[in-house]
Amino acid sequence: MSVEVRVPSMLQKFTEGQKSVQLESANVGELLASLEDSYPGIGNQLLEQGELRRFVNIFLNDEDIRFLDGLETSLSDGDVLAILPALAGGAR
Amino acid sequence: MSVRVYIPTPFRKITGNRTFVEADGSDVNGVLRDLEQRFPGFGEMVFDGEQELLEHVNVYLNSQEVRGLEGASTRVSDGDEVAVIPALAGGAAMTPEMVERYSRHLIMDQVGPLGQRKLIDGKVLAVGAGGLGSPVLVYLAAAGVGTIGIVDFDVVDRSNLQRQIIHGTSDIGRPKVESARDRILDMNPNIAVQTHTEPLTSENAMEIIPQYDVIINGADNFATRYLVNDAVFLAEKILVDGSIFLFEGQVTTFFPGEGCYRCLYPTPPPPGMVPSCAEAGVLGVLPGTVGAIQATEAIKVLLEQGEPLKNRLLLYDALAMDFRTVKIRRDPACPLCGDAPSVTELIDYEEFCGSPFHEGPAPVAAAAGS
Repeated sequence: MSVEVRVPSMLQKFTEGQKSVQLESANVGELLASLEDSYPGIGNQLLEQGELRRFVNIFLNDEDIRFLDGLETSLSDGDVLAILPALAGGAR
Repeated sequence: MSVRVYIPTPFRKITGNRTFVEADGSDVNGVLRDLEQRFPGFGEMVFDGEQELLEHVNVYLNSQEVRGLEGASTRVSDGDEVAVIPALAGGAAMTPEMVERYSRHLIMDQVGPLGQRKLIDGKVLAVGAGGLGSPVLVYLAAAGVGTIGIVDFDVVDRSNLQRQIIHGTSDIGRPKVESARDRILDMNPNIAVQTHTEPLTSENAMEIIPQYDVIINGADNFATRYLVNDAVFLAEKILVDGSIFLFEGQVTTFFPGEGCYRCLYPTPPPPGMVPSCAEAGVLGVLPGTVGAIQATEAIKVLLEQGEPLKNRLLLYDALAMDFRTVKIRRDPACPLCGDAPSVTELIDYEEFCGSPFHEGPAPVAAAAGS
């Protein structure tokens, strides 16, 4: 399944500055593995011991995958996956 | 001359629920007399025993208050718009100064005198008088939110001025709460400003936060962000959370028991993993956009109008100029607002986040600058 992954600016240093990348995977977990294969280093930002880090949310279209099937959530052609790490800034 | 007259909500029962009516007359008095004849009861709503305009009723001709023109004898022309605005709305009377100041609100159906009264009675706390706090405070003050709290222990630094529009060059070295207070009182002297110059901590948060209805989070670090979230939930208040980074912003509004920041992000990143604005930078205008959205949310909540960002997270990308919302929800497993909470009072947030509360100058420096 071909899926668009939206990369937050914080992680774009891993994707050669690209804001979004297109990948093929059957589910979210496989897609993150494929993302790490293509862009080494990004996986560690997202996963810890095979689990999604708790300050990172992944939204499939507009749903949080934690409320779907987590990393097992299956993907369909044309899905958009957004990675959203917590931001602290209030710009003081 | 035929003019269009705006009828405010409290008078509409007299005009058969019509918001606008046509009326004839050569001057304002003539127009009002015409309405008095056609709509029984209208006269006593606007004129006193001496047939003078009641003091608490303001009449506008094309958005200008007629007392500043020629009063009831102000001439009208075909196509003019007249608005009749009572200043009384359930509380103390608004002064003529306030009626003029808030005139663009008072003529709106969605605000009107009643809504303006809700804003005047509203109490909002801004956590941080920095990038996000600047537009938040300015717009809340301008809108007439009657009690505004500011908590910030920092002093104004030259590097703040690229984005913190509430402060000026002459404020460098002053405590931000003082600079911010002076700016918004100058903008609107009708409001009360409460300054809290100390860092928000687990010790003082439950004294400060319960004094307000809506809390706007513009904190610059995770420890304060979780502290504010927990204290607002425990005090059963409404939290408008906003955060920014480089070109991106996130905004959402949490209502008590309907999800919280911990439902969205259960734990903070380890120290150093997510850079701060001080480390990574931030586009100067970004907090302007995000803070203005936070102020909009707070004003909507106070007015009880519209759809707040409840169970929605707004994502803004300034580079792409893209706004989108994703769904967020209460997590039954949330340690704070879940079904079996383990966090029932404020905790040690520095330990929780593994980092000191505040980057940059220590509170000591703020004290020295004041």
